[in-house]
Order: sequence, then C-alpha cells, then structure tokens
Amino acid sequence: MTTLDPDPDVDEALDDAAAARALSDAEGLSDKPKSFGRLAWERFLGHRLALVGAIGLLVLVALFWIAPMFSEFEFDERDVRNRRLGPTAEHWFGTDEIGRDLFVRTAQGGRYSMRIGLIAALVATTFGTLMGTLAGFFGKAWDVLVNNLVNLILTVPAIIVLSVFANKFGASALGLALVLAALLWTRIARVVRGVILSIKEQEYVMAARAAGASNSRIMFRHLLPNVVGAIAVEITLLVGSVIVLESTLSFLGLGVKPPNASLGTLVADAKGDIDSDPLRVLTPGIFIVLIVLCVNFLGDGLRDALDPRAKVADNQNSKKAKRAAKKAAKELQRTAPTMGVGDTTVVGAHARNIVSDRNDEESGGRP
Amino acid sequence: MTTPLLTVDNLNVGFATKAGIVQAATEISFQITPGEVLAVVGESGSGKSVTALALMRLHPGNTVITGDVMFEGRDLLKMGDAEMRSVRGREIAMIFQDPMTAMNPVFSVGDQIVETIRVHDRTVSKSEAWTRSVDLLEMVGVPEPKRRAAQYPHEYSGGMRQRAMIAMAIANEPKLLIADEPTTALDVTVQAQVMEVLQKVREETGSAMMLITHDLGLVAGSADRVQVMYASRLMETATVDEIFYESKNPYTRALLESIPDVDGTKTELHPIPGNPPSLLNTPVGCAFRPRCSMAVEECAKSTPVLTNIRGQHSSRCHRVDDLAPLEAWSS
Repeated sequence: MTTLDPDPDVDEALDDAAAARALSDAEGLSDKPKSFGRLAWERFLGHRLALVGAIGLLVLVALFWIAPMFSEFEFDERDVRNRRLGPTAEHWFGTDEIGRDLFVRTAQGGRYSMRIGLIAALVATTFGTLMGTLAGFFGKAWDVLVNNLVNLILTVPAIIVLSVFANKFGASALGLALVLAALLWTRIARVVRGVILSIKEQEYVMAARAAGASNSRIMFRHLLPNVVGAIAVEITLLVGSVIVLESTLSFLGLGVKPPNASLGTLVADAKGDIDSDPLRVLTPGIFIVLIVLCVNFLGDGLRDALDPRAKVADNQNSKKAKRAAKKAAKELQRTAPTMGVGDTTVVGAHARNIVSDRNDEESGGRP
Repeated sequence: MTTPLLTVDNLNVGFATKAGIVQAATEISFQITPGEVLAVVGESGSGKSVTALALMRLHPGNTVITGDVMFEGRDLLKMGDAEMRSVRGREIAMIFQDPMTAMNPVFSVGDQIVETIRVHDRTVSKSEAWTRSVDLLEMVGVPEPKRRAAQYPHEYSGGMRQRAMIAMAIANEPKLLIADEPTTALDVTVQAQVMEVLQKVREETGSAMMLITHDLGLVAGSADRVQVMYASRLMETATVDEIFYESKNPYTRALLESIPDVDGTKTELHPIPGNPPSLLNTPVGCAFRPRCSMAVEECAKSTPVLTNIRGQHSSRCHRVDDLAPLEAWSS
C-alpha cells in the first residue's frame, strides 16, 4: 500500500452529505429546491429496472438471513433417514446426499456469496479508485507505476494465482475476498484513471486551484465526486464478477471449506445427481444468477440517479408522452368540425399539429 | 504615489517545447496600485493570459519563469506552495473566461462558494458560509439567491453563471481580482450587465483589478490604466484617456482603427493586415514590423525599448517622435 498522510479532506467529503442534509432540515425545504439526495432518490425511483434490482436484493437478503430462522434445521445437521429428498413441507428445498436441509444450506451459501461479493468489491473499488486517481492526477511516475502494476496483474493467469492463494487463505470469507480484490482492483483503477485524465484538464479544476485548493483537496473534493457515477456501475459489475469467481473457486473445491457451504459448493455437491435430481443443481445456480442480475440492475439505476445533470425520470416518459399526444390528436379530430367559426385559427393550428404528428410517425422509421 | 499592491519586474515566461522555447511573455514590468483597474489588451496569443497565470503560479509544468512578482512585499514566485495557496483565492482571486466550464458540475453553486470560503478559513461553519454565499449571490444580482444557491451550474444561464463566478471570486474579499476575459463567452447584452456587477462589487470591496480583454470598448468603460501587449511584449502603457486620444504606438493605433464606429459616419474599417508572429525563436527587431505601416529599416535591426513619454505613459516604438497626433477620437 501507499503511505499517504491522513487527510482531513477525505473525512470532510464523507460527512459533507450529512451536513448538507442537516442544513436543509434546519432551514426547512420551504423556499429551497429539492436537495441533491432527494432528487437522486426520485431519479432512482423513476428507474424501473433499478427498483426491480433493489427489491430483488431485499427479498434475497430476507430469504438468506431471516427465513432460515423459521427452519428447524442446522446447516450441518445430518439426517441419514432423509437423504436426497425432493422439496417437502419440512425440507423446502429438499435434502442432500447425507440428509442436510438444502434450504438452510442454500441460505448459508447465499449469505456467504453476498458477503464476499460486497467485501471484495468494496476493497477492490477503494484501492482501485485510489490508484487510478493518483495515476490520472499526478501522471508521470505514478502513472507508470500503476499502469505497470495493472498490466502485471492482467498478464498473470488469474485462475492459477487464485487456486494457489484461495487454497491458502480461502478458508475465511475475508481471506478469499481479499485475494479476489487483489486481482480485480485493476479494472476500477483503469476506469478511474481514464475519467480523471479527461476531467482534470477542465477549467473548474484550474478554478479550484486559483481559489487556493491543494492537490489532495482537488482530488478528493473536486474530482472524485465526478467519478462516482462511473464507479457505481463498475462496483456492481464487480460484485457480480466476484460472486461468479467465488462460485467457480468453491465449485473447484478451493474456496469455502466443508461443512460450510457457498452457492458454488452446492452446485458442486449436486453435480453427481444432475440426472436424477436436476433441481438440486439448478436452485443454487439460479440464486447466483439472481444476485448478479439484481446487483447489475441496481448499479445501472445508481449511475443515473447520481448524475446531477440528469432530469427526474426522463427515461420512462417519452413513450407515454407520445401516446398521450396521439390520443389528444385523435380527440381533436373528432371535436374540431363542431367548433365555431371564430375558432378557425385555433383549429388551423391544431390541424397543423395533427399533420406534423402524422409526418413524424411516417418518417419515424426512415433516417 | 501610493505604494503599489503588485509590482511585476522583468517577468519572462517561456514554454519549453521540443522545437525550442516559446517565449510567451518577455520583459514584462508593471504595477497595480490598490483599488486600481488595469486593463491588459492584446490579440490572442499576445501573452495576456500567460502573464496572469504566471502571477498566480497556475502555469503548466513545462514553463520557465524568471523575474520578480512582488505582492505586498512578498515575492510570489519564490513562495512555498502552501503560502502560495493561501494567497490564491484570498489575496488574489481569479475570474475565468468561460463560466460554462469553470464550475464543478456535481456541486451546487452555493456549495462551491462555501468551499472557496472554507478553503481559507476553517473557523467558519458550513451554515455560516452558506448564509454568506446566499448574500454574495444577492450582491452580484442573482435573483432569488436562497433558492438559486442550492441549484447546480447547469441550471444557471451563462450570465448568471458568470455572476456566480464573480461571487465566488469576491467571497474572501481579495485585494486583487484577475478577470481573464470575463465577458468573452457571454451574449453582448449580458456583457454590459456583468461588467456593471464587476464594477459594483469592486467598488464595494475596494479591490484592485487586472482586466484581461481584447475588447477596447470594455476598456474604455471600466479601466483606469491600459497596457497593450503584442507578441509577448508590452507595447504601450498609459491611462485610458492617453491610450484613446494620445496613443504613441502604431500597434495601439491600428487596434483603435479596427473598432467600428457606431454613430459616426460610415467609414471603412481598417483591419490590421497579416498575422501575429510565431513566438518560437523570435528574430531581432520590432515584432510588429511586418504589419506596421510606419516600419523603417531600423525596426528590423534592433528591438525598440519601452521608453517613458510623460508621467505613466510609455511606448515601445522607434518612431515615437514621428507619430502624428491622433485625430480626435470621437465617442
């Protein structure tokens, strides 16, 4: 790691949002426009896929963390009389070859996968963002250093490194997450470096400097907030990658150690029974896909929500607006002939609108 | 004479490139007294902005600077970085040309003003600074300042944004404002309003201003003294009246002749023929010689020096004494 002096600006950036909120509370929202947080929230709500993702994740969290409390079984509790059961009232997902309850095991695996995905993505993002920012902002030696480090890591065959280190540290979720993060921060670093390179020449950076801001202040307070949108997407993609990688490693027997389970080991355990009981393979597999999908949807929405230039929910209304316009035009066509003579100009204007509407529709398909 | 706020002595700014050194400012010397407005006029690439950026030490990394820049007895060019940062934005503030790009798109305008205040004074609380920024926005004529402070730069029009930039620049009541073509990116109708605002806040805060522009009309309306630059050098420096009525430099005169006269008789405009010279390895002799109607042999042999004519009026020309008096420059 790099040795950076602890910087008050970083802390300040963090508690800034809180301060802004307190401020808007203190003054009341009466004659102020909506705060950034509120606008972001509205944009987020207007993003249908993101909502689906967020709700999906909440459901999954409830399923993995809360639902097992209502099950009477432990994840490593064997019951040799009830082996390889299909779904029953007692065993919701059935049992495995030594009679362990598969629902509880799936929930445990899901918890493990989500936790590891989150930790690894956070660590990789933090480190990657830091390295990318330093490389992009300072250039020169920093850029060379970071670029070569990234290239080095990208040229190393990931699966070999992973199998060696995951075998050594993979027993704990944190260990495995750190190993994965050590490989995956490069992607974030590259994205952040690119964004920083493009925005650091903007005049507002010069303006900040002219106002007396130091390098670290410019980096953390002026540049990083502009990178958040790009990071929001990357971080969710990263969560997906981590979960898939972790499943792969666990499937190969390199990640989580028995009797603990992850979604990957559950698939691995069931692979022998795929002919007789395909559901056992499919269930954990489907959960992997669900988690990754939900997280990606969420990231998409976050990126749009965190962009202050975006308008509220403007992505869903164009179709609706078109439909409404068409309806209005039809309505007019019906009512126009019955209007009085004095309304001719109005009618004329409406007629023009209707015609131009039609023209739009006709030329819609052509360039 | 009052003690000057800023004294620039023999400032040279060059950019090291692969082809050689590009001399962007050569032997620049001038003073600004407290409360004074000094206009720096010249074509694109004449070294106006480079001089200003060098004063603030905001120049790019490959720049070579020599000379002295004394600000209230301290040499800005020899200061440590931390000390320089405390000067920027507090003692000397800058207003940029393009308000569209000079504000951070992800922070509200109020937040950006709060930031400039709190960079220099951490004892001001955030809510105090916010109240200040609303006041400042009101001072520069932003309507509904309370509501507008929480808005983002993209929700402002160009003129409003430049007003906000001015508010940001005067947030710490600097002693010197450097305005780098503050109205160039604006609509003509808005230009006058912004200049008015700039004059007003300058009078209220009592700060001096270095106004960089290529618009002589702007100069006539707002400056005390004028400095004309051409090809990295000062060509003439004088009071506004002296520049407009008694200019002793062919280049300044050529500039004046290229301004359209709105209410006079319709006479032909006289653009200056040719282009400014390359600043890479400039040859000896007067840089304006190829475009000058009065050039003589001597102009090619030696570079004229800036000679004092009377009072604060100086001009760089071999033929100062041969210049006919300016015809009455009406309006």
